[in-house]
Amino acid sequence: MESMSATVWRALGNDSDKAPVTPHLPTWTEAILGQSTSAEAVAGLRKALGLDLPAHERYLRWLGGLLSGDPGVSLINRLPVAQLIGPRLANSLLLTALTAAVAVPLALLIGITTAIWRGTLYDRVANVTAVSLVAIPEFLLATVGVILFAVQLRWVSAMATPSVSSLGEALQSFTLPVLTLAFAVTAQMARMTRAALLGVLDSSYIEMARLKGVRPMRLVLRHALRNAAGPIANAVALNLSSLLGGVIIVEVIFSYPGLAKLAVDAVETRDMPLVQACAMIFCTAFMLLVLVADVCSILANPRLRTT
Amino acid sequence: MSDAAILATPRRRLSTAGKTGIAVALAWATLAVFGPYLAPYSAGHVGNAGVFAAMSASHPLGTDYLGRDMLSRILYGARYTVGVAMIATLLACAGGIALGILSAVRRGWTDSVVGRAADALISIPHLMFALVVVAAFGTSLPVLILMAAISYVPGSFRFARALALDINAMDFIQVARARGERTSYVVWAEILPNMIVPLLTDFGLRFVFVVLLLSGLSFLGLGIQPPNADWGALVRENITGIYEAAPAVLMPALAIAVLTISITLLIDGLSGRDRMMVR
Repeated sequence: MESMSATVWRALGNDSDKAPVTPHLPTWTEAILGQSTSAEAVAGLRKALGLDLPAHERYLRWLGGLLSGDPGVSLINRLPVAQLIGPRLANSLLLTALTAAVAVPLALLIGITTAIWRGTLYDRVANVTAVSLVAIPEFLLATVGVILFAVQLRWVSAMATPSVSSLGEALQSFTLPVLTLAFAVTAQMARMTRAALLGVLDSSYIEMARLKGVRPMRLVLRHALRNAAGPIANAVALNLSSLLGGVIIVEVIFSYPGLAKLAVDAVETRDMPLVQACAMIFCTAFMLLVLVADVCSILANPRLRTT
Repeated sequence: MSDAAILATPRRRLSTAGKTGIAVALAWATLAVFGPYLAPYSAGHVGNAGVFAAMSASHPLGTDYLGRDMLSRILYGARYTVGVAMIATLLACAGGIALGILSAVRRGWTDSVVGRAADALISIPHLMFALVVVAAFGTSLPVLILMAAISYVPGSFRFARALALDINAMDFIQVARARGERTSYVVWAEILPNMIVPLLTDFGLRFVFVVLLLSGLSFLGLGIQPPNADWGALVRENITGIYEAAPAVLMPALAIAVLTISITLLIDGLSGRDRMMVR
């Protein structure tokens, strides 16, 4: 039991085997030079890192480096940031892609069915559940998941790793993190899908079709869904962007070697170039998803194509 | 559904979920103010129940990884979780509303500059923004509060601006202007009072986000630092108890969940928000 807790403790980024007392966040000179430093050592470090330059010059250097594909060198282990990030980015993409593959179909199914059966008990229960899931912190979902399925039932592993050799191992490794991430995203996405579809179902052409005697199933699938496709695609893309926040917590809890875990470790060691690079990637991904959401709306609704 | 339609929504009776929400929100606010006085032990008191003890009469929520009373730890932590988030949300909404009304009334370049700044800030995921700020400035109470406030100003700004634009286009504003009222009067006496109800629901929603952000950050070990602990930090320091399914690791997380869920349900019931989704 002791070794298990040590593993979990390491999973939270503390590599020492000492008693689990949360270490205080080091200042950046402490992080590099250690606790006891002289003023000369600090001055030398500032010079070596180019921190004696004025802020705008440092910014331009960093920007120039980034634009030419060189995000700098890690302050802690002196490795190029690009080299540290590469494999981690692939791991994070795998985790988020798996989550999206679970969350999107599920959210569409729930969103569409709740819109069809609006006001029924199923709809109300689904709504309250969704509202609650959105407001729950990811670490509660993850903790409950670990206690139930990893500790009590021993079905899956409490740690996640991308290096798996068989389907069984993959299920063991990915089930909990993917489900934890998928819960909140699915809930919000389903609610927005329902809202988008209801917006169409309330329009008068649907009323007309209903009066004409179109069967409910056909009404939704052929008449309503086509016009709701744009807003729904928009909702899907927007909500996938919220994965970017959740993935930070989930990667840390399950000790998954992804980009977000790297970023959190880098913050703990005050490794600024690494933090900056990770933040840039997260922001780019975020903006790409928002862009996709906008493009989906515009493609689906010609009225938005104004010049 | 336009924002003007929300204004016209008749006052509705609160659902059961809404009433429960109010009750829990009030109870948790009380904990934030009086928590330390209600606690059976002091936050640092180590009893003789052992570590990760189960729930018992002397320790209603068990003990933590050092054998401290969990109920007392949570009561002391309420001030950090509820109080800090409340201050940060107040700052965020005050800033957002002021800028939003300013943009809506002034339009022109003020609107463009503030709007583009908000766009830039909104393109950073909140938790990532928090990580960058903590990496750069370290973690302390003022840094955490300001970081959370700044992070949520753009959302509040967009909401307030859209509302103010709608109201600004209404006839009674034109009448007031035709009467020769000054802009400050129009803002304080005509626009702001008509924004209050939707702004309150927006405030509640944003408070939930701030609570989740700050406790997430504390859970990562980058928020409130020991020996103090908010509920997120309590989960983190007791995470080793997960293999004993200790209440110490579940209870603080549940305390957060009850708070955030009840407020969300309350807002949901208040505003009929199931039909309109605002980011």
